[in-house]
Amino acid sequence: MKSGGNLEAVLVAGHFAVTGELGPPRGSNVDAVRKKAAPLKGMVDAVNITDNQTAVVRMSSWATSLICIQEGLEPNYQMVCRDRNRLAMQADILGASALGIRNMLALSGDHQSFGDHPKCKGVFDIDSIQLINMVKTMRDESKFLSGEAIDGPPRLFIGAAANPFGEPFEFRVHRLAKKVAAGADFIQTQCIYNMEKFGRFIDMANDMGLTQKVHILAGITPLKSLPMAKYMATSVPGMDVPEALIKRIEGVDKKKRADEGIKIACEQIQELREMKGVAGIHLMAIEWEHKVPEIVERAGLLPRPKVAPPPPQPPAGEA
Amino acid sequence: MIVASRKSLDEILGLLGSCKKVLVLGCGGCTSICLAGGQREVRDLCAELDARVRDHGGGLTLHELTIERQCNETFFADADALVKDYEAVLSTACGAGVQFVAERHPALPVLPALNTAFVGFDKGVGWYEENCRTCGDCVLGETGGICPVTRCAKSLFNGPCGGTRSEGTCEVDKTVPCAWFEIHKRLKGQGRLALITKVRPAREWENQTRRSVIQEPYKARYAKP
Repeated sequence: MKSGGNLEAVLVAGHFAVTGELGPPRGSNVDAVRKKAAPLKGMVDAVNITDNQTAVVRMSSWATSLICIQEGLEPNYQMVCRDRNRLAMQADILGASALGIRNMLALSGDHQSFGDHPKCKGVFDIDSIQLINMVKTMRDESKFLSGEAIDGPPRLFIGAAANPFGEPFEFRVHRLAKKVAAGADFIQTQCIYNMEKFGRFIDMANDMGLTQKVHILAGITPLKSLPMAKYMATSVPGMDVPEALIKRIEGVDKKKRADEGIKIACEQIQELREMKGVAGIHLMAIEWEHKVPEIVERAGLLPRPKVAPPPPQPPAGEA
Repeated sequence: MIVASRKSLDEILGLLGSCKKVLVLGCGGCTSICLAGGQREVRDLCAELDARVRDHGGGLTLHELTIERQCNETFFADADALVKDYEAVLSTACGAGVQFVAERHPALPVLPALNTAFVGFDKGVGWYEENCRTCGDCVLGETGGICPVTRCAKSLFNGPCGGTRSEGTCEVDKTVPCAWFEIHKRLKGQGRLALITKVRPAREWENQTRRSVIQEPYKARYAKP
């Protein structure tokens, strides 16, 4: 075991994994975190804790991750390249591991111009693929990026993102291959609405042998309403929402649209479970965390597997 | 070429403060070529300053002089002779030129009339675009002649990020091409995609402290005894 975490154990045991997402509050409001965490407990194998998502300042992802651990939820600590240089990143990686965080997700991060401090200085000292490789080197070789030795390497299951729908489509699987080569253990994809195109992406990943090397969790975000569907279709760069899906939501009574969105998500999940090379789903119920129990229940994903904790490992350096 | 644009008249007047006699020093180098700080722009700037000051009771004497370049002492004979008669120099050179003048005349306020913007090329007359961040470790040979440091909003070395729009533009601005979309397109056209399918490791940033360059044949000349 690389991390000793639950998500790794679930995936290695071959279960179809479920991860969720929790956005930290814009303040030090611990109760807000607990309130979002409560419905996720027992419903997901790990929960992503976003890192200043959309470049808006929030409670730090490592601090929110620690609150989630207190609440009995395994966090997937997100880290973006926008806000930290390699010194701060490595320091936070060590601190996160020391305090019991077992998963992290390496991301470039939304550009600062989208956020609440649009003219701040973006760091981007290293990019997401270089970050993946840095964590892997820290964990597996017990070395900093500088090559110097680490006293107690971090134990982290390394995640990365993939957007099968960004252009150029044909290069996306090659970028996935770069993330795998850099050291990613698992991948969480952008929200999928165009299942046919995602199928083509996974076929390519299967053909290149990538799905043998990395666990791919397919991104699912249920559409809550018609405005949300239209927003996703037109205003989120790199998102692909087919017209037919929008028509389907439009076609039902306004009061039943949220339910239709969940129904669509459940159908997608069924289809993904049958898809070779898909190891689980990443359920991003954006500001809809309380609906997660209902969604995973209706999708037949309960109960979540209980995998025996791995035997304790000797500290690095001891045989 | 170094590209610059003029500061607002209000900001320039603020910098001049109570100075009554000012030498407006133009530069015939880059800022002249990008139509921001050459002879013609100095003349226009002085006319605007004159008009504004006249509306407020006058009292500002401006002298115009444009020299070939403000970043080399060879061209300073005329300026040096004049400077002593003025309370301040208002320079329309780039940031380097302003500092060169300031170092030459440390007793005098030397003020910038321009904001130095970037290193770029001409898109049309009076229209310039940034293309080089002078990072000190050029990767253009492996990126199809398209700079990811400058042209990718996140300066990614292993792009493109997930935000490339369907039309191949940047998530930050839908009118700006995604650098990595363009890099992919160009390298594909050249049959050289293998250049970007391997992981490019973290780089050493060469522009974090002030740099100086001595060309190889001149190293002996400037060697410290």
